[in-house]
Amino acid sequence: MKIGLFIPCFMNELYPEASMATLKVLENLGLDVEYPLEQTCCGQAQANTGCAKETAVLAERFFKIFKDYDYIVAPSGSCVSMVRHNYAQFLDGRDGFERMRSHTYELIEFLHDVIKPTSMNATFSHKVGIHNSCHAHRELGMASMSEKNVPEFSKIKNLLDKVEGISYSELSRKDECCGFGGTFAVSEEAMSTAMGRARLQDHLDAGSEYITGVDMSCLMHMQGLIDREKMPLKTIYIAQILAGDVQ
Amino acid sequence: MSHPELAEKFAANVERMKWHDKALWFVRVKRDNQSKSLDEWEELRNTADKIKSHTLSHLDEYLEQFEKNALARGIRVHWAKDAKEHNEIVLDILRSNGAKMIVKSKSMLTEECHLNPYLEEHGIEVVDTDLGERIVQLRKEPPSHIVLPAIHLKKEDVGTTFEKFLSTQKGNADPTYLTRAARAHLREKFVGADASMTGVNFAIAETGGIVVCTNEGNADLGASLPKFHIACMGIEKIIPRLKDLSIFTRLLARSATGQPVTTYTSHYHGAVEGGQMHIVIVDNGRSKILSDKRYIKSLQCIRCGACLNTCPIYRRSGGYSYGYIIPGPIGSTLAPSRDLKKYYSLPFACSLCFSCSNVCPVKVDLADQLYLKRQDVVDAGYLSPIKHNALKMATWLMCRPKLMDFAGFMARKMVPILPRALLYSKFNLWGKNRELPPFPKNSFKELYKAKKGIK
Amino acid sequence: MSSREAILKAIKEAKPHDESALPEVNILHTTYDDLESKFATTLASVGGNAVQLGSLAEIDSYIKEHYAEATVIVSTVEGLHVGTKELGATDDPHTLKDVDLAIIKGEFAVAENGAVWVKEADARHRALYFIAQKLMIVVPKGELVHTMHEAYTRVSFDDKDIFGLFISGPSKTADIEQSLVIGAHGATEACVVFL
Repeated sequence: MKIGLFIPCFMNELYPEASMATLKVLENLGLDVEYPLEQTCCGQAQANTGCAKETAVLAERFFKIFKDYDYIVAPSGSCVSMVRHNYAQFLDGRDGFERMRSHTYELIEFLHDVIKPTSMNATFSHKVGIHNSCHAHRELGMASMSEKNVPEFSKIKNLLDKVEGISYSELSRKDECCGFGGTFAVSEEAMSTAMGRARLQDHLDAGSEYITGVDMSCLMHMQGLIDREKMPLKTIYIAQILAGDVQ
Repeated sequence: MSHPELAEKFAANVERMKWHDKALWFVRVKRDNQSKSLDEWEELRNTADKIKSHTLSHLDEYLEQFEKNALARGIRVHWAKDAKEHNEIVLDILRSNGAKMIVKSKSMLTEECHLNPYLEEHGIEVVDTDLGERIVQLRKEPPSHIVLPAIHLKKEDVGTTFEKFLSTQKGNADPTYLTRAARAHLREKFVGADASMTGVNFAIAETGGIVVCTNEGNADLGASLPKFHIACMGIEKIIPRLKDLSIFTRLLARSATGQPVTTYTSHYHGAVEGGQMHIVIVDNGRSKILSDKRYIKSLQCIRCGACLNTCPIYRRSGGYSYGYIIPGPIGSTLAPSRDLKKYYSLPFACSLCFSCSNVCPVKVDLADQLYLKRQDVVDAGYLSPIKHNALKMATWLMCRPKLMDFAGFMARKMVPILPRALLYSKFNLWGKNRELPPFPKNSFKELYKAKKGIK
Repeated sequence: MSSREAILKAIKEAKPHDESALPEVNILHTTYDDLESKFATTLASVGGNAVQLGSLAEIDSYIKEHYAEATVIVSTVEGLHVGTKELGATDDPHTLKDVDLAIIKGEFAVAENGAVWVKEADARHRALYFIAQKLMIVVPKGELVHTMHEAYTRVSFDDKDIFGLFISGPSKTADIEQSLVIGAHGATEACVVFL
């Protein structure tokens, strides 16, 4: 099984450790992972701003670079959602697209659905608040959505349960959006920060020590607010917990 | 002003913004309690979606069937292509029957057509009779929510308005006291009205009758006292069969307010004794939406407001930030369908969290529509050139990995040494309320190449 | 071309092609072990109340006891003697504005939502249901269904039927700062009597 690792553009530049942790988690499980060097970006910012022409260019590029891997794994629910849900507008019907599309996974769902590890060999003796990033949560089905009447489940919790010493905080709004939303973070700045603060207050009230999730972008936005307002909270990308980067 | 500016203003009053958010989240929770009490909830939604979607594919047939059955019952049926014609038809019915004062119950359609000011210009007194609608009418404000029109007001605001117009006790903001005062005041209007107007929740093709779902009793009191009842409906309000109501009546109130059903579910199949019942069927842009398969499902909307209640942006920016009579997620697709240029900012007043699509009782694909509307905005040239050019440049750069690596390298070198005042200037929109992330020494790619011994 | 023709033409041209049939609406749904109890609890939760009585005479006594201040009473229930005014006696429903208590007939009750189906073909003025200060609905004992699925199998509108409604509890509103107030414009109290 050859895995093509897709690292979101901003994670590559700004979060090399979180990205490395992703690679480490996969390699520790004995998987054959390659990071194709020509990759750049999935085109989400363009897509979310309605720039279809520009998105098409990047969709084509992604397809060309990644289509021959058995699986494509990315540490990002939103980038994976782009590929699985938004690329069809540009690539539907193309030879190899459906195969690539259905084999593109976010890291946690890949571990949960495909690899199914029995243990993670990691310790994290802290109280964790799980942030359910919207794209991963509602578009990829990472966990049961609070709006729906369905049996409760969480792929994220399922993986984190395998980490020694971990405990969880109970949020009052389990899956409200943090307000990052991509370009929304800047184009509707007042809403974005109001929503982020609301999430952080929920975590403070619930006693979270760390906030974790599958999308670094949400965490980056929340950490930005935490740092500005000096809140007693820390964010940590989930792979860093699973890789044992922090105990 | 567009949504971002209005939203910022609303959110600037942090205490009020939080109160508004909490009030609407409370309604969302009540909805959840109801939805989770029925194992068949998701199946109800699926069925409602299928009924509505089938109906839209046969809309002309069902409308003709409805008209035939309504006429056979002595109900008069009128057709209005647009808002102007709707208003003219209503005025004509009222004038020809000598109506001078009418009582009206909630109808988003009549708001869409700006009926009230039109009738008032032509000398007809219009009294909105839902408590929330009457409150905002007295205050000369539009409603801020399609189901809870006065949700933006505190009880003290209502108190001062009633002191002024209903002579209630000064400083008394008790909701029960104020409601009783409105009851007495509006009873006079019901009793004195020459005609009444209601909306239509569902029009039944099979029987030619209409259904009005309310809690307060104002629609029904209005429609049962004066001799003339005018009911206005958009073409999309048709449902095929009487029994289809079993699905919709189980979904509507639960989604809207978290009640198992509205107090009154009235099936109007004819006028009062000696009276006349009129139905005005309105297009006003709906057939245009019908032709666009990307947005057709927005016509399935049953106006429950659940999407507003769950939307984290609506809750924190309020109905007035949207500039359209229907705010929130559903408004943000309907408004641009009506006027893309005027409402270009609404599809972007959304973080694409998808919560709205999940609560919609008829499974309108709201988030998908808001995503696609953004492409329409760009194609029409309404995206700001700054944003568009920035993204064009970014795309250009993203096709050139070596150049992008270099740009990243320079950013990681320069940003950490820039003076704070420069870095956090007003041009740094991210930095207004947030710290930038620390810029690391190496990119992941650099570390990966080093690790793998790649040059 | 009339507006009617223009609209129908626009719809014919715009509508999508879809051959899917209308779905079955009587889907698998929740049922309740004790219909009477579920109905009573739900009705109470929406501000009404349910009682079981044995005879018309018992209703008479109940009214005298619980609605002592009611001076103007209209009843459409045959055999009840508490009425002070006849519904059919007047052309003008406005004369009902002083009605303190209206006692009307319901056909059956719905457990899931505390609603009663009211369709009195011979009730001259539907205004009675909304204008009365208080409402009492008399339903034949045992006439209860689980949900609106069963309810709508018992609802029909033939040529002569002009009005029918579900009533669930007294009128209410939460339009003032989300505070629930029982009694908006319609009845301030609603009692369902199973006879």
